[in-house]
Amino acid sequence: MTRLPEPTVQTAPLLAVDDLRVSFATPQGELRAVQGVSLTLERGKTLGIVGESGSGKTVLSRAIMGLLPQNGVTQTGSVRYQGQEILNAPNKELRRLWGTQIAMVFQDPMTSLNPVQRIGHQITETLKLHLKLGRDEAKETALSLLMQVGIPSPVERYDAYPNQLSGGMRQRVIIAIALACAPRLLMADEPTTGLDVTVQAQILDLLSTLQRDREMGMVLVTHDLGVVATRTDEIIVMYAGNVVERAPTSVLFSQMSMPYTEALLRSIPRIGNPSHTRLQAIEGRPPNLISPPTGCPFAPRCPYAQDKCHREKPPLVEGAVPGHSYACWFPLSTQSAVAAAGAGAGGESA
Amino acid sequence: MTDMISTKNEAYAPALLDGPTQLIPGELAEPTKKKLGLYFWICAGWILLIILLAVFANLLPLPKPDFQNYAAPQNGAPGWGHILGTDDLNRDILSRLIFGARVSLIVGFGGALIGMILGGIPAMYSAYRRGRVDTTLNTISYAVLAFPALVALIAIGEFWGHQLWKITLVIGVFSAPLIYRVVRASTLSYAARDFVMAAKALGASDRRILGRELLPNIMPTIISFGLIAVATIIVLEGTLAFLGLSVPPPTPSWGNMLNEGAALLSGGKGQTNPWLVIFPAAAMFSLLFTLNVVADKLRAYFDVTEVKL
Repeated sequence: MTRLPEPTVQTAPLLAVDDLRVSFATPQGELRAVQGVSLTLERGKTLGIVGESGSGKTVLSRAIMGLLPQNGVTQTGSVRYQGQEILNAPNKELRRLWGTQIAMVFQDPMTSLNPVQRIGHQITETLKLHLKLGRDEAKETALSLLMQVGIPSPVERYDAYPNQLSGGMRQRVIIAIALACAPRLLMADEPTTGLDVTVQAQILDLLSTLQRDREMGMVLVTHDLGVVATRTDEIIVMYAGNVVERAPTSVLFSQMSMPYTEALLRSIPRIGNPSHTRLQAIEGRPPNLISPPTGCPFAPRCPYAQDKCHREKPPLVEGAVPGHSYACWFPLSTQSAVAAAGAGAGGESA
Repeated sequence: MTDMISTKNEAYAPALLDGPTQLIPGELAEPTKKKLGLYFWICAGWILLIILLAVFANLLPLPKPDFQNYAAPQNGAPGWGHILGTDDLNRDILSRLIFGARVSLIVGFGGALIGMILGGIPAMYSAYRRGRVDTTLNTISYAVLAFPALVALIAIGEFWGHQLWKITLVIGVFSAPLIYRVVRASTLSYAARDFVMAAKALGASDRRILGRELLPNIMPTIISFGLIAVATIIVLEGTLAFLGLSVPPPTPSWGNMLNEGAALLSGGKGQTNPWLVIFPAAAMFSLLFTLNVVADKLRAYFDVTEVKL
């Protein structure tokens, strides 16, 4: 007797993305914002997605959520939530997942709360909608949520309008709203970009604590490698819509292979440096996603680029350590050896 | 660098957790309370008075607006008995003014309400959905806007009749595209904000987003622009009435009182009675003026952008 290998809720990973491609129709042509991204996230784990502005991380996270507009956007590949395909699913179906299964924390706390509704109302609305709580129950739950996200005197804040709260406070409220219905997957799209540095750490710690307590899966999208360094289990580095390096967090920092990852890390100011040390920036700009260059997308800005890099696009291959893969012809670990050989090869071809 | 982040947490987090954001209970960062002011309340009171008088006109100790009191002098000056005087047919001007207010108010508020329903609801929907729906509705609104409303009103009135409800309906339909433009523009500026997408990501339906997220935000625009629309429509009805193309006599309206009075300004029919023009003109002016003041004050009162500072 044959049984179809049907993925059940128990065995399927929380989130599995396979060869996701997203492109936008623009007057100039097709803009390929995400070019074949695959990832998996298990329950209770945190995945970091890192890349500079325009690398496709926000589009990726919105495509996973199913929040991209339907006009002029093409999405192919597969996004499975607990084994269920949700890419290109109609809103009607997604609405059953949004809020209760998957929730999202947005980038800018200044605009992601409704300015004319009281904080309490914005939290209880979700509770009433999804959990069918009564008025008093919803209020009680909302107050306890406000407490959990570390808002002092929640009773007073409950009746406040968003403009009466500071940015950090608002982001806490947004987190409270996202967590109201106990989602299993939390997408945090640059949750701290709009906040000042001291508050950033608090919010990130809060997210990590809540994620651990509730055994949620979390996708943490950011441009700051420092943000994901201590708070994730695995990191994906994106560049120009491609995954260029993927590794468990500890492996990534010890055996960084892709020059872009190194460049990202270098561009973070270090507190140990002497004063007036020049901040390392990545030269040039990300490539045009409408007509990307042949070859490695990072090659034009890469200090180690060779002829091959400009000609052929490197595939994402697994390196020596299991779970660590990178898209680079000349990964950093072999760099010193290659540099010598490369100089000779360059001379020959010229 | 990893060290840097974690040290920062440990060193600063306990001290700062409640520090910069904490406020003493009861001392919520309240924005300075805005006040509408005495001026607003006087103007609003005047509008309310006119509305109440018009609604309860039947209960007031007034002669019927079409009652011709031959005991009183023709074209009588303001005084006892007839407070605002009488017209050339011995009718009480005050009574005619108050009953005439009904026409202006019904056409004004009714027309604006119809315009809001026909223009405002599609406007919100198209600004939120964009795409083909938006393009289609935009085209329709431009097409209707391109047609001079007054000409259309006159033509339709000739075919269809001049009953009050017909005039209200037609004016409402023709005010819809203007309201559509304003409401759409206002909705657009909110539809792209993150909180709309956040609501969607929390599983809110389109109807819920339109009604609970967007509508409260554009309410200030709707209220203040709605009042301006009422004023504009009252002028439009006055114009029609002055041309004798609104509610037919003997039903009084401010516009047709002006029409009748204009003949008597310069001794038409061998009579002169400036009061017949002065009073309805003053009534219309005061209503329009106060409507505009109230609309403007309300707009400023609800303007959140000032609160942000």
